[in-house]
Amino acid sequence: MMKRLFILVCCITFLGCAGKSNDTVYQQIGGQQGIESLVDSFINQIGRDADILPYFKQTNVAHFRQGFIIHLCSVTNGPCEYQGDNMVDIHTGMHITEKDFNRVVELLINAMDEQQIPQTVQNKILSRLAPLRPEVINI
Amino acid sequence: MKHLNGFFSLVLLAFASTGHAASGKLLATPGVSQVEGSAGGGIVPWAQLAGYASDNEIAINGFCSRADVSDYSLDVCGAQVNFYDRVELSYAEQRFEVPVLNTDIEQSITSAKVRVYGDIVYSKWPQLSLGVQHKSLDDGSIANLLGAKDTSGTDIYLAASKLHLGALAGYNWFWNTTFRYSDANQLGLLGFGGADSDKEVLFEASTAVFLTHQLAVGVEYREKSNNLGLGEQDWQDVFIAWFPNKHVSVTVAWLDLGRIAGADDQTGWYLSVTGYW
Repeated sequence: MMKRLFILVCCITFLGCAGKSNDTVYQQIGGQQGIESLVDSFINQIGRDADILPYFKQTNVAHFRQGFIIHLCSVTNGPCEYQGDNMVDIHTGMHITEKDFNRVVELLINAMDEQQIPQTVQNKILSRLAPLRPEVINI
Repeated sequence: MKHLNGFFSLVLLAFASTGHAASGKLLATPGVSQVEGSAGGGIVPWAQLAGYASDNEIAINGFCSRADVSDYSLDVCGAQVNFYDRVELSYAEQRFEVPVLNTDIEQSITSAKVRVYGDIVYSKWPQLSLGVQHKSLDDGSIANLLGAKDTSGTDIYLAASKLHLGALAGYNWFWNTTFRYSDANQLGLLGFGGADSDKEVLFEASTAVFLTHQLAVGVEYREKSNNLGLGEQDWQDVFIAWFPNKHVSVTVAWLDLGRIAGADDQTGWYLSVTGYW
């Protein structure tokens, strides 16, 4: 019985990969306005986190806000192209640890929860940001 | 459970020296505690190291599990220490109750696991770990009676695991495969080896889907050898694991352990709780 269930789960997996919705993630999070609300929630989350806030001591919050909005718009296939500073330049010298990187991921998840972004859409956003990790940590 | 207290004391000492709970991994990514004490699912050790330690933390965990199948039950308690998400050391004690013989079989398991490559979330290729589980029966008389060659033994395994973000219709999908080199009979509870059998490579696998941040459902499979000629069969389970926060996880499973020591159709429930510091 369970061998069949195992195979079933594997099959669903591959069907899941095939059955993608036509909307871009950008549309699924409410376009430009959705992204702005999400980034504002995220900035509030950072502001309340004693471990992460110190990394933003030298940061111009308005500049960060604008940069992250365009970056999110771009990675969610919205009508923007991120042309800001590259990830390595921004994070060099910050010595961000694996732990603090994950803490920031959690703050973003909290912000997405706050904005009532569905789980499946959250995961898609995270899957597009996750590959940037080597350009952010331990530099 | 005589050694367990000692291990817990050691663990608490290590805890006192680190000051606060490890929290550097994402929720649920360490997995839970498998029946031999390693981080894993219920019956399969996974490539993840136990607890929430990232590369600059030490994590300490304790767990207890109970499996109740048709003719037997198994109680396990143990503890794990994770050093910098590189090395996991664990110790577990199992008590296998055999009501029909009015006896208990006790076994202690000392294990180590080393993360060789990767991170289940972030690396391009799956996380890879190499592990060893040394098992020793307190009293080998039943194992000897059944024709087992030894009353202690050592398993070696190589595990690969990966979490694919949003891969299953937007839900996070986890899988693990493990190759184990072993001659253990029913985890070692019935001894090691048999009349004319050597160690062999056995395949184990788990897969799960995260329905929410906190809740995963999955299945597991563990191939078994049949050294004693008692028709030992492969193990399977379906599980739900709940991670309400980074301090505790609760796992419930339905087990199908096949034939054990001559008794067919050993199915039943499994409950496991792990605490993380």
